[in-house]
Order: sequence, then C-alpha cells, then structure tokens
Amino acid sequence: MKKTAYLETAKGNRPQGKESPAPAPAEFKLIGQPTPRVDGKLVVTGRATYTHDIFFKDMLYAKILRSPHASTEVVSIDLSAVQSLPGVKAVLKLKDGRVKYEGEQVAAVAAVSERTAEEAIKLIRVEYRTLPHVVTPDKAMADGAPRVHDSANVEKINEYTRGNIDQGFAEAEVTFERTYRTAIEIHHPVETHASVAKWDEDELTVWDSTQAIFNVRDGLAEALGIPETKVRVIKMYMGGGFGSKLDVNEHTIVAARLAQETGRPVKITLSRKENSLCVGNRPSTQITIKGGAKKDGTLTALSLKNFTCGGLDRGDESSEPLIDVYKCPNVKVEEFTVFTNTGAGRATRAPGHVQGTFALEGFMEELAVELGLDPLEFRRKNYTASNQGGTGIVYSSKGLDKCYDIGAQKIGWARRNKKPGDGQGKKKSGLGMASQIWWGGGVPGTLADIKLHRDGSVEAISGTQDIGCGTRTYMATVAAETLGLEPQDITVKIGDTVYPWAPISGGSLTAPSVGPAVRDAALKAAEYLKGLAAKKLSVPAEDVVLADKKLFDKNKPENSIAFKDLVKEMRRQAVFHGERGPLPAGFAYNTFGAHFAEVEVDTETGRISVLKVVAVHEVGRVLNRLTAESQVVGGVTQGISTALFEERVLDENAGKMVNPNLQNYKIATSMDMPEIVPLFVDLVDPRINNLGNKGLGEPPRIPSSAAVANAVYNAVGVHLREIPMTPDKVLKALQGKEAGS
Amino acid sequence: MENRPKKKARTVTRRAFLQDLGGGTAGAALATRLRGQSAGQAEVSLPPALSQKNVTFKVNGRDVSLDVDPRDTLLEVLRERLKLTGAKKTCDRGECGGCTVLIDGQAVYSCLFPAVRADGKQIITVEGLAEGETLHPVQQAFIEKDGYQCGYCTPGFIMSSVALLSHTPTPSPAQIRAGLSGNLCRCGNYVKIHEAVAAASQKMRKA
Repeated sequence: MKKTAYLETAKGNRPQGKESPAPAPAEFKLIGQPTPRVDGKLVVTGRATYTHDIFFKDMLYAKILRSPHASTEVVSIDLSAVQSLPGVKAVLKLKDGRVKYEGEQVAAVAAVSERTAEEAIKLIRVEYRTLPHVVTPDKAMADGAPRVHDSANVEKINEYTRGNIDQGFAEAEVTFERTYRTAIEIHHPVETHASVAKWDEDELTVWDSTQAIFNVRDGLAEALGIPETKVRVIKMYMGGGFGSKLDVNEHTIVAARLAQETGRPVKITLSRKENSLCVGNRPSTQITIKGGAKKDGTLTALSLKNFTCGGLDRGDESSEPLIDVYKCPNVKVEEFTVFTNTGAGRATRAPGHVQGTFALEGFMEELAVELGLDPLEFRRKNYTASNQGGTGIVYSSKGLDKCYDIGAQKIGWARRNKKPGDGQGKKKSGLGMASQIWWGGGVPGTLADIKLHRDGSVEAISGTQDIGCGTRTYMATVAAETLGLEPQDITVKIGDTVYPWAPISGGSLTAPSVGPAVRDAALKAAEYLKGLAAKKLSVPAEDVVLADKKLFDKNKPENSIAFKDLVKEMRRQAVFHGERGPLPAGFAYNTFGAHFAEVEVDTETGRISVLKVVAVHEVGRVLNRLTAESQVVGGVTQGISTALFEERVLDENAGKMVNPNLQNYKIATSMDMPEIVPLFVDLVDPRINNLGNKGLGEPPRIPSSAAVANAVYNAVGVHLREIPMTPDKVLKALQGKEAGS
Repeated sequence: MENRPKKKARTVTRRAFLQDLGGGTAGAALATRLRGQSAGQAEVSLPPALSQKNVTFKVNGRDVSLDVDPRDTLLEVLRERLKLTGAKKTCDRGECGGCTVLIDGQAVYSCLFPAVRADGKQIITVEGLAEGETLHPVQQAFIEKDGYQCGYCTPGFIMSSVALLSHTPTPSPAQIRAGLSGNLCRCGNYVKIHEAVAAASQKMRKA
C-alpha cells in the first residue's frame, strides 16, 4: 500500500469519538501472563501450512520473466519458442514500452512444474532498447541526470513548522549541525512472497503470504474488474513480512490471470533474488539536523532536512520523532524524495522512524556532549507530557520517564565513559541509549465475533492475520479471560476474508484493534450467558460470575452451573459481534521506549560487538508477556542488524543490485547476538480501549540502531553518523579522528 | 551482437530436442505410489534429463523408493514428491538453513543435497521428531521458551538444535550460538532460540 496511506492507518487516531470505551479492569487473571502460543504444536512439527506449502491436484507453477536492465524499453516480445514448449499451459505478456527498474515484470508463464516454468521463461525472446538509468540519489540529484519519471527526480514530500525557527536559533547559546545517513535495506522475510490462485466458476480464491488479506482482496478485485464479493483471500501461516506484504502484489494478479486462462490452480513463489529486487525495501535517508540549546540543555530550536530515496516511489518521511519526542518550541522540517531506477520502497517495520530516530538520537547524543551534559539527563531536561506535533495534545499515557529509570539502572548507566573515547586498550567499550516514539493506538471499527456452540466449544473469529506476533494466542486469551475459560478452550479463526473485517497486520495495529474487538464480543457473550445462568441459578444476572469454566452466584459460589451444561440450554449456536470502539478525543495515543546498549569496538579491526541491550517499553497493558518479549528481542536484533550489516549494494554503471541474496546481503546471525533484556513499564492506558493496551510491533525496532551507534561513539569518541557501521567505516572514522587530533 | 546467432541456435536445438521426445511424459512414473501424491505429479513436460535414477532411502522411518531427476535436490523431493513440507525452500542456495534435515544424524542443507545421493540414507525431517502426539524435548522447549515468531525458519532451527544436542548434549552458550550459526531467523528471535536449546539440553539430561 502507499506509504502515506500506511502511515495514516498506523497513526490510527482517527476517527476519534466522544464515546468512551468500557474501562479496562485493573487486573486480569490470564491476560498479561506468559502464555505459550496456542498453535505452537503445529509450528514445531512442521504441520503449519504456509503458502509455499500449498499443493493442489493439477496445480500449475508460474514464473515471471523480469527486466535485467534498470531503464529500458521493451520493443518486442517473441513467445514462439515458449509456446511450443511441452508443459507450458499459458503465457502472458506483461510489458510493452518503458521499463523503469531491474526486476520489473515483462512476461509470465504457467507450466506443469516449477522447473518447466523456469526453463520456459528463458525461451522468451525480448528485444530491449536500453535507455540511460540513474540508480543512486547523488547521481539522480545531479544536473542533467536522466529523468526517472516524467517529473523532476527530486520532489518535496513533507514540510512542517511550529514556532519561529530563526528566533529559536537566536535564543540558543549553542548551535550544532550534523548529517546522518541510513542505507537501503531489504525486508527479506524468510518466506519469500507467494500466492496460489484458484478459480471456481467466477469466484477466485487466493492463498497469499500477506499481512493484509483485505487489501489483497480489494486489489485483486480492482485489477481483475470483478466485485470484491467474488474474491476470497486466505492466509493461514506466513513467514514474515515486515511491511513488504501489505498490499496486493503484481505477481499475485499474474497468478490469478494465469489460473483464469488455464482453468487450473496456479502457484507462484518468488525467488530470493526477486524478493531482493521487486517487493520493496526500506528507503535510504540523508538527514541534516541543526539544533540550538541553552547551556543548561533547554532546546530552543530544531530543524531537519531529509533527502530520502525509495527508488521509483517516494521515500520515507522521517521527521516524526524530531517533531514529537522532545519539548522544543521552534521546529522546521523539510523533506524531499529522490527518484531512482530501482525497485519501489515499501513500508518497512517502523518506516521513517528507524531512520529518523538514528539521526535525532545521534544528534541528541552529540549535542549533549557538546553541552557537557549527561546524554540521558539532556533528554530528561527536554521531556514532555504532551504531543508536540499534535499541537500540544496531552498523551493518554506516557511511561518514557519510567523507561529511562529502569533502563539506566539495568544497564548500569553510571559505568559509561564520562568522556567519549575514554576507554583504554585496543578494544574499547562504551554505553549509549536512545528514545522511541510510535503510534500504536489501534483502528476503530475493527470487528470480531464470538461464537458459542451447544457442545461447549467457542470460536473467536476475525479477519486479521497472525504474522508471528501471537495474534491467535491473545485472541484466545482475551476470549477465555472474559468467559471464564482457558485459552485452549477457544478455537481461533483468522486469516480469511469471509470473516469480519480487521485492518492490516502492520503499524503496531493488530493487538490494540483485534484485542478490544474480541473483548467487546466476549463481553456481550458473557452478558448473554449471565442472563441464561440467572434463570437456572435463580439469582439476578448481575450477581453471576464466569470463572473456572463455571457460572456461579458471587454471593454463594456453590450455587453454580458448568459452562458446558449451560450452553446446552441455548436453542442454537449464538454469535456475538464485537467492535473496537472509537478512541476518545482530546488525547494523543503513542507508544514509548528506551534502549540502552553496551558495545565493544576492536580499534584494530574496526569490528563492533554488541554486548548487551536493555530494551524497556511502555505499550500500556502487555497482553502476553512471553510473545511480547519475543517481539522486543526481534526488534532489537533487527536494529543491530541495521546498525552493523544491512545494505543494498548497487552497481552504478550496470544499474543492477550486486547482493540480491542472503550470502552477500548480510543480516544478523546467532553469532552476533548480545544479551538482550526485554522489559515493560506496567501501566494500563486509562481510556485507549477496553483492555488498556497499545501496539508493540514497531516500537522495539526503532531505537536500537541509534543506541548502538551512540554506544560506539561513547567507546571510541567519534560518531560514525552512517549505518551500517561496517568495519571499513569504523577504521576510516578512527583514522579521521587521529588525523584531526 | 556476436552472441545472438549462438543463442538462437541453442534455442532451436532445444526445441528440436523437445519435439523429438514428443512431450516427454514417459519415464516420470514413480516406482512407489506415495501418500498424498496427486495424479498431476506424473505430468512432466520437460524431458527427464539423460537418465532418471532410482533411489531408495528411509525418511522418518518409512521406506521410500522413487525415480528422481539428477537435477532434483533432496528438498524438492521431500516437499513436492513426499509432501513433507516442514523443510522450507527459502534461499535455495545454502544461505539460510530453512531446509535443514538430518541425514544419517548430520544436519544438512537439503537444498544443496542432490536427491540421487540420498540413496541408502536415513533421513529425519521435522515431521519425524515427535512420537505420536508426544513432542521431542527440543520441540517442546521451542514452544515453552517461544523460540520463534513467524515459525518459518523453525523446522530448520529445530533440526540443527537436535543435531547439536546429539553430539554435544550439554552445550555452552558459545557452542549453542555456533551450532545454530548456519540458520537465519529474520524475525530475530535468536536469543529465545538459544534459551530453548539450553532448556531442551537440561530436560534431555534429566530424562
């Protein structure tokens, strides 16, 4: 989906309503406990069905021929050789005219085996007329650069001001300007993108590796010109997305068309190379921050200028952390995107915030040192209880100060080098930290059903997706908690567009959207059951309690009826519709966190080892401590990976990616892992929804790259300002420091 | 430009070759009909390469005998012919470990292992670890410690963990990290996986 639409959804705090949701209880029995996943057995036995694992009788395999050139024109496509290849059942021409990036689809085949399809696309003869290309932002911004689109290569995508920036700098006693750079990352979910399309008369069913079944359904309906009612999209299990699977993909539409043409199910699985080129990336940024402060550390002005590159599409607006996190009366932001002949960027876990936080928090660290202040105290000095960008609206809840307290204590903040680079020896260690802000309020209008059956079985149903965050498990837990049952008693049904609507699984939306919707439905079911039990037990309904798989009189607990026996009294199965209510107006709903990192830098080899990360988050109520910890551990790990390893490398002359695989595109492995300590500030947001929870998908992904970079600065006394911090860059920076001193 | 006639010639040759074989559906029949196998499986279009080879091996205790193409990897045979889809095709070139299985007790990337070499081997996949509904201690520990998120890399990690614990029953933290260094988890749950392996090691010693 378009990143702007994604961000609007992620912000979630629209529409706001007057109606206050049912208050969240102060305590729960099951919710918040460390609950193992309800579907764990399926996963660890290899029986969980991912899209790659779907096979149908008579299924065909599709492959796509893609442009090897970054900028070219398809003059002609000769299909004669491929059409006569035995086993090829259908061929589609997908491109005529201008091709704008390496990997753009040109033609496709469906054949009886994957190998046949692979051989078949090699027989398609394409005549290209190569055109000038530009693949790096620097070149794209230069005078006379080839135009990527019809419009200019540089386009302003965001501006923001508050206060008076000139006055803010005039009031400052110290001003400071620094530029930070982040590289383009590839999402690389371990399950490459995949779809299986199957027609039954005029109805299409697609199994898709997706974070957003409804977006895929709507996109397919639009592309094929058929009503949404004729398209069903199913996602059972999926192997990671991180933002690259938020919308219908071109290859899914191709599979649907090939299935239509052949009358047979068609499966398409992208290769690792295709996954590197064609299904998104995290846009790069070049962010210049200028800040002014009083000598006591009070910020007076912050300005940010960003040149971001998302290839064919707009890059990432990365200014939100700077606009929101710290109290600063005068702020000015200008952001520009630079177009290049490379695959379009997509939302990548915490889009804009990873890059913007790396820049902002690096800047705060450097400015603190310049002011002679403790970097953490400098941040506390500029703390705010209201959303600065949201014209000062007060946060419904904000536990960032507690994150600071807990994190500093757990990492032993006092151990840090008082002066950056003070460490002795060839291997220097240091500590650094960074703050985090994200949205995570959830989407009003999210739907879920609770279905009670006469045999005592219960379903919790929603058209959401479990992308590895434990959605099935907290749905079961919320339903069980509300109905006095155990999580194992609940059958969770998700991942199918025949179920009630739920938003994308992205943007930290799912838990604060689906959780409250299930709670709402379960509360309605509980009311109904209390009414039934009241008659059976001859007590007022308000005196009936649901607990321990029973319904009983709160004043006389032995006056009870088993849940199983009570539901037999129902005339038929009963369905209760739940909805996530509106967010109460007048408040800002955000998530907060702080990461504290300890690193060791080998000054001879330039190698950085992360030794420990303490990650503290405030996301309202935690629904499941076990899976929440995994979310944090994963976010920290990806942040380390970004800080140290990840970078899409392009050959400027050829216009091609040179590391479209997992051998040369480095991601963090077991060997790179520090000790990670995931912690939560226990608070319940008083009004956000009926559970008091916020989202946790993005938050732990945001501050760790910055915390690691700041720790490196504290260790060696030179701030790299560019990620990934590969050994060559570390050594170069150390040499520069020596030369300068 | 010099290349062009050459390429064309190769295409023509291939086409002629294919036509000679008249669709080439012969030779694809399996020696043994296997559970879950669809009739569509026999519909092979490209000619089998020079010679199919019959291989006989044990997978998860079951005897299997089938004709494989010399180009088939063990992973392809497991997933597409035997419908054992626990092992995943993730990079298809030995970079990620998603396809890890045990061959005669050794953890092996099945995407790099030619199926013809499976002849006479004992193969265990993630589907073969549990005894009935009783999970292997490593599987149980992955659930209890939440040693995964999306779960796609999990079968590979579990097989590497089982191999590690078979030759190093009480691994140090460094041995756990090294033992799992050939598997990639993009959700980034390594430290939870390490906890799971340590817990499984403890449990297996007690048992």
